[in-house]
Amino acid sequence: MAERSFAKEVQQLRIGEGEEFRGEGILAVTKALLECGVGYVGGYQGAPISHLMDVLSDAEEILEELGVHFEQSGSEAVAGATLAASVHYPIRGAVTFKSPVGTNVASDALANLSSGGVTGGALIIIGEDYGEGASIMQERTHAFAMKSQLWLLDPRPNLESIVKSVRDGFELSEASNTPVMLEMRIRACHVHGRFIAKDNVRPTMSLADALENPKRDLNRIVLPPASFLHEKEKVESRWPNAVNFIKERGLNEFFGGDGKIGIVLQGGMYNGVIRALQRLGLADIRGNTEVPLYVLNVTYPLIDDEFLDFARDKDAVLVVEEGQPNHIEQAFGAMLHKAGVDTKLFGKDPFPIAGEYTGTVMLDSIRGFLLENAPGLLTAADRAPNRPQTELPDLSKTVPPRPPGFCVGCPERPIFAGMKLVQEELGEHHVAADIGCHLFSIMPPFNIGGSTMGYGLGPASASAFNVKAKKRPISVMGDGGFWHNGLSTGVTNAVFNKHDGVILIVDNYYSAATGGQDIPSSRADNKSRSTAHPITEAVKGVGAKWVRQIDRTYDVTKVRDTFREALTTDEKGPKIIVASSECMLNRQRREKPQLAKAISGGERVVKPKFGVDEDVCTGDHACMRLSGCPSLSVKELDDPLRDDPVASIDQNCVGCGNCGEVADAAVLCPSFYRADVVHNPTAWDKRMAGIRRRVSSWLQKRRDSRRLVFAAEGA
Amino acid sequence: MSSMDAIAEPSAGRVPDRDQVIKLAILAVGGQGGGVITSWIVDLAERNGWYAQSTSVPGVAQRTGATVYYVEMVPEGEGTPVLGMMPAPGDVDVVLASELMEAGRAIQRGFVSPDRTTLIFSTDRTLAVSEKIVPGDGIADALPVMEAAKEVAKDVRAARLEQLALQNGSVISASLFGALAGSGVLPFARESFEQTIEASGRGVKASLRAFAAGFDAVQVRDGIVEETPAVDAPDIIEPKPAGPVVAGPEKMRRAWQALLDRIHAEFPQAAHGMLLPGLKKVVDFQDVKYGEEYLNRLTKVLEVDKAAGGEGEGYDFTATAAKYVANAMAYDDVIRVADLKTRGSRFERVNAEVRATPEQLVEITEFMHPRLEEICGILPASLGRGILAREGLSKRLDRLINKGRRVRTDTIRGFVTLYAIGSLRGYRRRTLRHQIEVAHLEEWLKLACDTVRDDYQLGVEVLRARRLIKGYSDTHVRGEAKFDRVLSAVPLLKGREDAATWLHRLIDAALKDEKGTMLDGALKTIRTL
Repeated sequence: MAERSFAKEVQQLRIGEGEEFRGEGILAVTKALLECGVGYVGGYQGAPISHLMDVLSDAEEILEELGVHFEQSGSEAVAGATLAASVHYPIRGAVTFKSPVGTNVASDALANLSSGGVTGGALIIIGEDYGEGASIMQERTHAFAMKSQLWLLDPRPNLESIVKSVRDGFELSEASNTPVMLEMRIRACHVHGRFIAKDNVRPTMSLADALENPKRDLNRIVLPPASFLHEKEKVESRWPNAVNFIKERGLNEFFGGDGKIGIVLQGGMYNGVIRALQRLGLADIRGNTEVPLYVLNVTYPLIDDEFLDFARDKDAVLVVEEGQPNHIEQAFGAMLHKAGVDTKLFGKDPFPIAGEYTGTVMLDSIRGFLLENAPGLLTAADRAPNRPQTELPDLSKTVPPRPPGFCVGCPERPIFAGMKLVQEELGEHHVAADIGCHLFSIMPPFNIGGSTMGYGLGPASASAFNVKAKKRPISVMGDGGFWHNGLSTGVTNAVFNKHDGVILIVDNYYSAATGGQDIPSSRADNKSRSTAHPITEAVKGVGAKWVRQIDRTYDVTKVRDTFREALTTDEKGPKIIVASSECMLNRQRREKPQLAKAISGGERVVKPKFGVDEDVCTGDHACMRLSGCPSLSVKELDDPLRDDPVASIDQNCVGCGNCGEVADAAVLCPSFYRADVVHNPTAWDKRMAGIRRRVSSWLQKRRDSRRLVFAAEGA
Repeated sequence: MSSMDAIAEPSAGRVPDRDQVIKLAILAVGGQGGGVITSWIVDLAERNGWYAQSTSVPGVAQRTGATVYYVEMVPEGEGTPVLGMMPAPGDVDVVLASELMEAGRAIQRGFVSPDRTTLIFSTDRTLAVSEKIVPGDGIADALPVMEAAKEVAKDVRAARLEQLALQNGSVISASLFGALAGSGVLPFARESFEQTIEASGRGVKASLRAFAAGFDAVQVRDGIVEETPAVDAPDIIEPKPAGPVVAGPEKMRRAWQALLDRIHAEFPQAAHGMLLPGLKKVVDFQDVKYGEEYLNRLTKVLEVDKAAGGEGEGYDFTATAAKYVANAMAYDDVIRVADLKTRGSRFERVNAEVRATPEQLVEITEFMHPRLEEICGILPASLGRGILAREGLSKRLDRLINKGRRVRTDTIRGFVTLYAIGSLRGYRRRTLRHQIEVAHLEEWLKLACDTVRDDYQLGVEVLRARRLIKGYSDTHVRGEAKFDRVLSAVPLLKGREDAATWLHRLIDAALKDEKGTMLDGALKTIRTL
């Protein structure tokens, strides 16, 4: 069950010719795929294209009606390899994953695919996770296009352009027998906009047709001597075909008038460039401008003569190319040099070499370029801006950092609380972390984990530490990473090499960090997938002997004790702990409406919530240092005798129990209590409660009559 | 699209229709529903015939972290407008922040400008982890943000929007949307805001109530509406001559009144603000007799204070002692915890906190984890000491006792168990724990009194060090260790002019981190002085 449901929105996928579509970028892409007669789609979730996978998943019914096969690939490598169906058969296929990490994983398949080439259009929709909010290393996908010689589209970030790009991409792929990547930046994926739709089209050839009438062509298989031919084919026929198609179809766009300066930009940078020009008074709200613009909706391959024609009669050209290295600028430099054109080329100066091209960077850099090369275009104010407007008040010491962290009730929090406790006993250990929500362990209050090497590679990244020492290495991976590749790269490898470390597998029933998609070990019933395959069975299957399953991670004492055992046992080989509890975000999404319905239906429902006795809490905040739950916070008391705020649990508490378990395991304090609210109590409940209340209030009255009792208010 | 007729004279500086674009940035904490309000704003704009574009950065950024949503809107016209994908400093018309420090972050990032930005935010706090894990008070100061908001924004509209939403059974997105409507910054009627909420179809009634509350709360231009924050500085507390409201046997009430009278007769006004709650705390902890012991201690303190020239210092020494002696006397033992957990008022408070209706039942489970030390603490002193002295026996007993115990205080069995422990108050003075606490208290108070004679402020700081002792079991041990380490500096500091300042710094340092790393650093510095 994914974090967000598109069940309502996907109905828009059915609209036909001439109707207007309104919605998010990713939904528009899905619609475009259907309009293009795609035969199959696959992919692996991850921001920013997780929602694209969720949309496809929610749209499965519509896809089936059209005869489109949808597959939730086990990894990006699987997704890339899926496109093999378009090698021999004229079937259009599309896959999606985040980049560059997913592209890294898929690159072996993509390289083979690019070598042999394709018959049916093959489109790889890349979610570029770059800039603010990115969760990965900052690299460019561009280099992949260059090394494998597959084409890279980078459309202007509006729905019309994105949808057109999908169509262009398939046709370009078929015209040049080359797979095409369509790059969608993080905000473009989620941009809300509109476009005029076309009818959906059924694929001309179905996968079943292909299966029943198989084809093979030795020349398309990557094996010598064909592979040597492929390299030649790429430059002798596929590249020229692509260049011709791009030129003839005008995939790249020219805006603005004639002038002595010009700007070349990646399509994805278009809105940012126009906004800067708007702010400089050089463009209007519809994007009309006098400044000549050459917009690269295709950033690879570059079209030499298009660029040279644009640059030749200009004094200076600015390249707007985000990220580094500056592949495009370098290529343009070489073109100008070889053609003997002396137009000055600007790019990473005035633009900064690294970092996102934010509004300020765009404005400052374009203004800088114009100031040097066409000062006449700028107003006096922009030529010499009076900078010191108002000084921003310095709040850097006031506003606390707020990095992402575990959600309210997250079942991973108690695992790391348990690890923290065991480290307090046995000392600090080397911990190899991994990609996933569990990576939040590296931040306060846990401060656990020293490296990440890639999704599912946590245990693999502890491989070198397979030596005799007084401490064992601990490595972590999630269930998502486990099925992605961790079973083989982590567990199997550790078994094979007789690795003596501890491997923690965090199983929260979903690929949770990417939005709660099902994976093989999910406990949920999934109509179209086979789930409920236990991780413990899988690791035992590859030869692991010391395997422990913790079925309720909130049992901090058990987590701590299991870790202690794993770190101290004499048993050889990897010690594998599978810690399982359902992702609370998903669980709440599933259970909340059910519970609400049951309560309004008069059923007996017990809802837990945790609390703190504020007069028992001494305000030492030891519990916070083992929790970090957003729901567990501190509050100031209206008591002149107290200096420090006390612990307090807010309304968002889901009653997971972590606070109480931690207080118990770490012997913190008796302040925590769990209050189970019984909705619609039965007659028996009420009778028992009545008797209990009579006894306790009699005792309370007895005691109160023998001492002074102060009213709650006042001091 | 290369036509240039729409182009303005470059020298004109601004393109005519550029100013029609309204740019809104929404700063939220992941999970606060920033996505909901964003989609509402888009719906609202489209409902009114405007073209709207929104962008966001979901994914990992949203997991309880700070996140930004962005909307631009422009009146519908020929062709597709080209709108920005992210907020740019100096180029935002409306900033909505779901939380006070996120408003601060918006200011810090330059999204709020004096010539154009309306800043709408909730003054409620969602504390960041870094604010919560500090052993002392780590809550960031709200004042600089409030002041900056007034200074930097064209118009500020702020209120306790989270609280308003909660009161109306809704979430912040609804009250924030109401505040957006109430500010009047968008050219749309209130009704169309409400239509947007109605069209969303979930929790509509509660959302509309929260919307209305948010709308009304921000009617004052440049207004930050909030309740007066609680004050904890001793000198601001108004003395309450009547004393706390009290019930109980006539004889005890008379004794209590006598103690109150004694405070008024014997102690300077400046110390009343601490003496009254202090007296109440110790009497509540034990009995009226204990209150008398408290005042006897304070009488001696006052004598020392007077001799040390306390009058000129506003009797700071006595007031500070009144606070910390009360805390020291009302130490946290098993009896106190059991007593507090079985009081009628406590059950009422829990019911209110979980918002249980009279038709619902509330079952309460306590998380207790007593160790041998706690149990020996409530044994008669010699017996407790005897057990703890025998290592083998202690270990065996600890194995029996030292485990987590879940006690259901709503059941008769659980309640009676804790009630019985709480009823041991009468015999408390004979327990081992009491003996230890009294010895510790006397030693500390003597050090303070000895110190204040030579250095008034240093004496006050010695009293303040008591703040470091808190928590249970290991945390308590750590706190006591810090307390000892801080006070170990007193002999080194004595005679220095800045001795009090240094001790003050040591106490602050000890409250900064759990292990006392900063304290060690500060102590090292002192040794080199």
